[in-house]
Amino acid sequence: MLLLLAACSGGKQESEGKGTSVPDIPAYGDAIVEGSIGGVSGFLTAVTSDASSHAAAGYVFSGLVRYDKNLKLEGELAESWEVSPDGKRITFHLRKGVKWHDGAPFTSDDVMFTYRRMIDPRTPTAYGEDFKQVQRAAAPDPHTFVVEYARPFAPALASWGMHVLPKHLLEKYPDISKSPLNKKPVGTGPYRFVEWKTGEKVVFDASPDYFEGKPYIARVITRVIPDQSTMFLELKSGGVDTMDLTPPQYTRQTDTPDFRKAFTKYKYLASAYTYLGFRLSHPFFKDRRVRQAIAHAADKKALIDGVLLGLGQEATGPYKPGTWAHNPNVRKYPHDPSRAKALLAEAGWKEKDGVLVKDRQPFEFTVLTNAGNEARAKTAAILQQNLAEVGIRMQIRTVEWAAFINQFIDKRNFDAVILGWSLTPDPDQYDIWHSSKTGPKELNFVDFANPEVDKLLEEGRSTFDIEKRKKAYFRIQEILAGEQPYVFLYVPDALPVVQKRFHGIHPAPAGISYNFPKWYVPKALQKHRIQP
Amino acid sequence: MLRFVVRRLLLTIPLLVGISFISFLVIHLAPGGPISVGTDMNPKATAETRARLEAYYGLDQPFYVQYGRWLGRMATLDFGDSFSPDGRPVAEKIRERIPITLTINVLSMGLIFLVAIPIGIYSAVRQGSLFDRVSTVFVFTGFSIPTFWLALLLMILFGVKLEWLPISGIGSLEYHSLGTMGKIADRARHLLLPVLLTGFTGLAGMSRYMRSNMLEVIRQDYVATARAKGLPERTVVFRHEMRNALLPVITILGLSVPDLLGGSVIFETIFAIPGMGQLFYQGVMSRDYPLIMGILTIGAFLTLLGNLLADVGYALADPRIRP
Repeated sequence: MLLLLAACSGGKQESEGKGTSVPDIPAYGDAIVEGSIGGVSGFLTAVTSDASSHAAAGYVFSGLVRYDKNLKLEGELAESWEVSPDGKRITFHLRKGVKWHDGAPFTSDDVMFTYRRMIDPRTPTAYGEDFKQVQRAAAPDPHTFVVEYARPFAPALASWGMHVLPKHLLEKYPDISKSPLNKKPVGTGPYRFVEWKTGEKVVFDASPDYFEGKPYIARVITRVIPDQSTMFLELKSGGVDTMDLTPPQYTRQTDTPDFRKAFTKYKYLASAYTYLGFRLSHPFFKDRRVRQAIAHAADKKALIDGVLLGLGQEATGPYKPGTWAHNPNVRKYPHDPSRAKALLAEAGWKEKDGVLVKDRQPFEFTVLTNAGNEARAKTAAILQQNLAEVGIRMQIRTVEWAAFINQFIDKRNFDAVILGWSLTPDPDQYDIWHSSKTGPKELNFVDFANPEVDKLLEEGRSTFDIEKRKKAYFRIQEILAGEQPYVFLYVPDALPVVQKRFHGIHPAPAGISYNFPKWYVPKALQKHRIQP
Repeated sequence: MLRFVVRRLLLTIPLLVGISFISFLVIHLAPGGPISVGTDMNPKATAETRARLEAYYGLDQPFYVQYGRWLGRMATLDFGDSFSPDGRPVAEKIRERIPITLTINVLSMGLIFLVAIPIGIYSAVRQGSLFDRVSTVFVFTGFSIPTFWLALLLMILFGVKLEWLPISGIGSLEYHSLGTMGKIADRARHLLLPVLLTGFTGLAGMSRYMRSNMLEVIRQDYVATARAKGLPERTVVFRHEMRNALLPVITILGLSVPDLLGGSVIFETIFAIPGMGQLFYQGVMSRDYPLIMGILTIGAFLTLLGNLLADVGYALADPRIRP
């Protein structure tokens, strides 16, 4: 069953089989220790923005909706929902009998309260925008919540995955970030908060009243270990049970019989991609043929082998392969230096002493990337070599993140950049590709403008019909593949590893943790004596 | 003496204000700001969101207003609230981290003095001997080896291979269920490697310093006189040579005061120790102005205090220096 699921989903599990004679029966108890690079900064996701805090809060809180294992929206606190025929009204029917961890009942008043706090100017949140689109919200009865929008807005549905907050505990705090709940959360999620030692660890215990049944694993401990190598040593010595591996750790340092006996390694495409983005107003990069030439010059296979040690896939557009919005049939750019040279010659670049020259100007530019990201630095080095082969001189400059954004990206003070985007399951990329989003601090910083793409982006977000959306996003990918405002480089693999005593893990497009409350350790394999 | 101390203490006030002003200015000049962390490259953050967050943190005010407010609060020893999402008082965050950093630094400094001073004295007394040469190699190895590398090697040896010591953190998962002695032993096991390593790397400087001081003293006329009087060698070394050679060490002790609370980013990162170094580093990376200013001000105050203590200690030890 496990293998079948893995095969269906494209996720891969590297395992030698369970190899134990222990009866594989779900049992309550034991604890899991996770390693986390960063510490938690608070538990209310409305006011935090770092991945560690969001991951920790995910144990305690729930939203109205969530993504299932196939990255499709399903109900969490909402049992079901209806979208009105005009697409402007969403009616959520909430689960009955759900309780907050302090025993108080969960009702639509809590959802209303959360919505109001999200748009309250006293809430220091960076995520209020989706909720400001709401024209009217109503809670007609304790188990129904209705929102109306001025026009149909497909990404709105996913925005209701926002963690719902307990009104009865928070209403006396005008600024929720200053409430005790940000430090000692009370939610409706599978785990209850136990302890937070800043910079050290967070502890959660299984909630016996969780509406989908009490989780099997009795305790979750997230330890902060800022150094990757230290975390890896902790993993090997039993100090942590699960972490994300780096490609060298995955391929070279874990290929031992001992390691394989103790751990299961997983591998699936991460929801992220890395790209080389051009400032499209730059005189060199205005010409589409030049961008296409660079796409042909870039050896993506060498990049995946060199940077990711083969653990990733070529990117052809801004969506993750295997997801519904991904169009597999767009124009590809195989590594072909002679084709690149031909395109550059067509664009008027002539070779002189090994360097391309046009109007007495050599083809020389600087690529910027942020400091501290080893993969991007390596990518830059390989691309530099690739481009030199076709007569383009590329300098590499790495800059600290804040300076990179403020001094270079915001001021359009760059020729090209190597960066990456994380992908949300919803394919709406209006902010990255729409021509109205080229202002300061906005995300279309390469200044891409294409009227057809604008129209398609608007269409894609204004309908809930998945087939219509798919059509729009497929066409957008065709245009992007032709225009190459970015050279889409690669989609890396996510490489989690989990101690073998944990069973019930079924890799899927959503990763491995979507069914975490269903993970278990058979009684005979339990390591920590934590009484359920 | 008292007048000297009081005058020096009063002088620290304008100095502290000056340091804080420069720090405040530099932090604000650095690219990026506290709200960048959550809003840069975030499609959900509009210009309006940014403006709202800036107003929330008072960052929409002119620089001098922000500094004035900060200074006003500092006058009542209020460090303000951190800009990080937890919004906790800066003083509380610092107080939480101080004990562990202080413990590690006091222990490692104790270790340094305990080992470095005898090494320094013995090397000087037996200058050029085998011990002198071996100890020179030993301390300089400690000085020149990349600490993170040595740390990883020791973690692999004692943590993974031998399983004698924990690899990182400051307490095991069962810490709460242990008795008092168990808790002490558990903490000690966790602190052993970090303390040994910080001590080892600091050994070179101190032992060499002690050695050269001793060598200087050994050549003094009064030492020759003491020997000529027929005093036993022990008395010469410990009463006449060592006491005088230790004088400059007092200065170093004084100057080490701010280090006690400073913490090391490298060690705390490798050993996953939630100390001051990590707190400051995170503060800087997230442009948490109140937190950075709080730590810098404490650091500046301790540096000035350390200087003062060194001066007073010196004056007490050597009557010639007294004002």
